[in-house]
Amino acid sequence: MYGALWRALPGPWWVRVLILVILLAAVAAALVFWVFPWVDQFVTIQEVTVE
Amino acid sequence: MSVVGVIGELLITAGVLVLFFLAWQLWISEFLMGGELTAEASQQSEEWNASAAPTDPPSDDPTDEPSDDPSDEPEPDPDSVAFNPPVTAAPSDQERFAALIVPRWGTDYYRQIAEGISTTGVLDRGLLGHYPTTQLPGQEGNFAIAAHRMGHGGLLHHIHELQLGDHIYVETAEGWYEYSFRNLEYVHPSGVGVIDPVPQDPAAAPSDRYITLTSCNPMYTSNERIIAYGIFDRFYPRDTSAPANGAPDEIAATVNGEA
Repeated sequence: MYGALWRALPGPWWVRVLILVILLAAVAAALVFWVFPWVDQFVTIQEVTVE
Repeated sequence: MSVVGVIGELLITAGVLVLFFLAWQLWISEFLMGGELTAEASQQSEEWNASAAPTDPPSDDPTDEPSDDPSDEPEPDPDSVAFNPPVTAAPSDQERFAALIVPRWGTDYYRQIAEGISTTGVLDRGLLGHYPTTQLPGQEGNFAIAAHRMGHGGLLHHIHELQLGDHIYVETAEGWYEYSFRNLEYVHPSGVGVIDPVPQDPAAAPSDRYITLTSCNPMYTSNERIIAYGIFDRFYPRDTSAPANGAPDEIAATVNGEA
């Protein structure tokens, strides 16, 4: 899967690395700002009040 | 490329995603939210300053030096407003009616307090929540608030670092209520005695003003609750004609957006 991605990318090795770093940053940002906040509402287990 | 190879890569990816999510929940979101939460509290304080201004002109008129006002002396007398603070007006559900300032947790620790302990309505929104059954700042009794320790802003992340005598400030439209930290306590989740008007003494009638902070313990879990108690020292009225709008020196930079 990742091997196929590597072969599909154009250019010499350092261009491919650069593209991958940018892709990774974009995925990480999407996770942090949109995906994780959405998932969070379903998985919060911390209770902080006494009752 | 084998099918097994692809499945293996997918599983590794899923593992990395889960670890990244946990890191986000425990550290990254707190870091990202901090500045925003401080800014929201600062903005609220500015609004309070703006709405306090019109009531002040009479005190500006006589002289520039408020010489005879006992509240401006370093040691106010026991009858002054410093020791007879105004009682905060009852807030409506989920209203952001106060802010918490704790110098021990850094000069940028400035977080809003809302009415109620609803998870989705208050606590998960990076707010401290006031137990609606407990008293309000200025009232004799217990001002009890709760917040997350990790995630959702991690507002009480450093609750265990408080030391005897550390000041805990609650800001409202009227001014700043100064409390001194007394002690920590660890209770079961059912330990509702901590929010009694006199903590852990349900029969007693309060003659002091307490603050109680509750959060989860141990960190990352919900098996116990960590409790921090403080006792009221004095009140600093909001006064837009005074330096730092009347805020005590210790938190003047924080509440005036200079931290």
